[in-house]
Amino acid sequence: MFEKALKGNNYYWMWLAFLGFIVAIGGICYLRQYFYGLGITGMSRDVSWGLYISQFTFLVGVAAGGVMLVLPFYIHNFKAFGRITILGEFLAISALLMCMMFIMVDLGQPLRALNVMLHPTPNSMLFWDMVVLMGYLFLNILCGWVILTAERKQVAPPKWIYFFVYLSIPFAFSIHTVTAMLYCGLPGRHFWLSAIIAPRFLASAFAAGPALIVIMALILKRVANFDAGKEAIDKMVTIIIYAAIANMFFLGLEFFVGYYSQVPGHTHTLEYLFFGLEHHGHMYNNLVPFMWAFLILFVIGIALVSYPGTRRGNDLWLGAGCASIFIAFWLDKGIGFVLGGFVPNPLNEITEYYPHLNELLITAGVWAAGFFVLTILYKIAIGVEHEIEA
Amino acid sequence: MYDRGKIIIGLVVFVLLVTIPFFYNRGATKAAPELVMPTNSKSCVLPATEMRAKHMQLLNVWRDEVVRDGDTSSIVIEGKAYPKSLQLNCMECHTSKVNFCDKCHDYSSVRPYCWDCHIAPVE
Amino acid sequence: MDQKRRNFLKVAGISTLAGLGATTGIGRLVDGAQTALAATGEADAAPQQAAADQAANNAPCVTRYGMLIDARKFREDSSLGEKVMRACHIEHNVPQLPNKKDEIKWIWMTHYENAFPEQETLYRDQANAEFTLPVLCNHCDNPPCVRVCPTKATFRDENGIVIMDFHRCIGCRFCMAGCPYGSRSFNWYDPRPYIDPASLNKAFPTRTRGVVEKCNFCAERLRVGLQPACVEACGDSKAMVFGNLNDPESEIRQMLKQHHTVQRNPSMGTLPSVFYIV
Repeated sequence: MFEKALKGNNYYWMWLAFLGFIVAIGGICYLRQYFYGLGITGMSRDVSWGLYISQFTFLVGVAAGGVMLVLPFYIHNFKAFGRITILGEFLAISALLMCMMFIMVDLGQPLRALNVMLHPTPNSMLFWDMVVLMGYLFLNILCGWVILTAERKQVAPPKWIYFFVYLSIPFAFSIHTVTAMLYCGLPGRHFWLSAIIAPRFLASAFAAGPALIVIMALILKRVANFDAGKEAIDKMVTIIIYAAIANMFFLGLEFFVGYYSQVPGHTHTLEYLFFGLEHHGHMYNNLVPFMWAFLILFVIGIALVSYPGTRRGNDLWLGAGCASIFIAFWLDKGIGFVLGGFVPNPLNEITEYYPHLNELLITAGVWAAGFFVLTILYKIAIGVEHEIEA
Repeated sequence: MYDRGKIIIGLVVFVLLVTIPFFYNRGATKAAPELVMPTNSKSCVLPATEMRAKHMQLLNVWRDEVVRDGDTSSIVIEGKAYPKSLQLNCMECHTSKVNFCDKCHDYSSVRPYCWDCHIAPVE
Repeated sequence: MDQKRRNFLKVAGISTLAGLGATTGIGRLVDGAQTALAATGEADAAPQQAAADQAANNAPCVTRYGMLIDARKFREDSSLGEKVMRACHIEHNVPQLPNKKDEIKWIWMTHYENAFPEQETLYRDQANAEFTLPVLCNHCDNPPCVRVCPTKATFRDENGIVIMDFHRCIGCRFCMAGCPYGSRSFNWYDPRPYIDPASLNKAFPTRTRGVVEKCNFCAERLRVGLQPACVEACGDSKAMVFGNLNDPESEIRQMLKQHHTVQRNPSMGTLPSVFYIV
């Protein structure tokens, strides 16, 4: 089916060339980092994880978000999702590839990465994260490919594949749960040490993932003559609204626990993220603009996707609403959550994180590589759809 | 055959890519390096042929025994104790990294990272 | 009928296997998390004293090294802190990096409020406001860094020392996020140019870029019967006392009996092996 990706109009090739260019720049920057070390990043002794790991955390959510199409379609037999389930599966594949690339670029000794498998350590959550991410990647490639092939031949998919389809559902939940466990099981990091991290991750994932799929579906409608169908989009928007509100509810609970109990450890990071933390006469607040942008974009986004006039009347407004929610939750989880957790450090000192240009370009390169893969996968999926229709 | 031209060009490019190392190193064949043997000792922990083939595995085993298992016992041969250490044992006899380690490693184009951390004798 | 029985047997067999798999899996998980606790015998012995007593009585490992730091001595002699840091950092070829954000340190001097952030008081006494005390890896009896490491690059050795295998470390920095004492440093780039060649210790390796490092309680010195470098640097001042916590007759246990001591952030359940007389 790969041949479908080799035929496209000029815009398709220009888009791929554009992404390829960013990937190349990212690659060159990575070589610099590879030969010098992680010193050309903004990370420090105190903020020892930066953009790479925060992007990884966010993208695990995007990958898990695909299950919000798979579950209604296969478990509840919600037929309207039939055409776009493949979009969710292929989005998961490219998001997972980005996750793995972000882990690799974050390693101090990338050539030793296989040590995780050569010396398996079941008490480390990172080991389990690798297991479930690999498993979920495998399941999505398998299910996506087998079902698309069957669709192309216009036959029913083989029965055995349903075992893997159903298996992929708990896997989707587990990838984000285990990713949350990387953080919420660490003593001494009060902001992360909260049992609600995993549910909050899932809620924001089930909003951000489908939001990206809606945006993709709207783009594909314009550029590839592929209509996901009004009912499917509408149902997805409903899922996005509930999941987004759940995320904000969970965040609100964090605020309540912190500010009502007044336990300093529980408020410090929230204070640093949303209001700025004063320490020895200095105000530390470099993440505050991002967090307020998150709140404002959430309000704009939820208004646009909830109000019938913008939700059903106009694709542009709907797309803008979904984009607002996607960016809002990226700011929340892809910036604030990981970076904020390191402030203050265990010795009650504050170091702020500013990414290095090289680090930003590597990050852009990984994102571009993910969208490169996504473009090709969607091209194949839509090529098959058109072939059936023809 | 469809697309004959494209296929042939593709094959040629592929063959060229795969054979780059041969073109790159053309005419660069050298005689196997001659090693300078230590003067202060006659014996090693293993016979020379075995050391040549297995020194990397042996060093890995020593490393795990000393670093991870805390087994710092020495290897005793003919009454002489050899501690399990690259830096503090091997290099006592093979005093030159340049004339011993590097010669073969350069010849066979392997780059072990021992000396990224361990301190080579001053030369 | 036969068909049904066959199906039943299949299902029963598979679920038994699954059940067995799950229990062993969970067993391993819990084992892994608690091997470190083995020395204290009972994992959930809440009061630390009880845990410590048990450690002495039925400890599976004979030795659990620990340290007692007398902060008063560091107040009296303000040059002592510098001596201790220098001794350690020269012994272990710790680089002096120009940029604070990249800093690598095994033992360093810090203020009371930083070492014991959970012990905030409204009116600080002058001594604690002005003077500093040394902090280092606590060599916890229940170390979170060992629990989170995905490659066993950091582990507890047979003497209860939390140690690094620099060959194994992949540089994921999970241990740095996991350590509740900020005791770990990362090599953001090649440290060699920042080690003074004049004071290079040729008997100890340097590190390569991309690995995590921290205090190792001078495991390499203990092996040859020496005291840790920092303890030695204190001379006869008894500012730092080092010994076997599992031996009730050891000097450190005697001192712990005579003085009121504190540990850093004991509420984390890590059971630190470093004690302070403040």
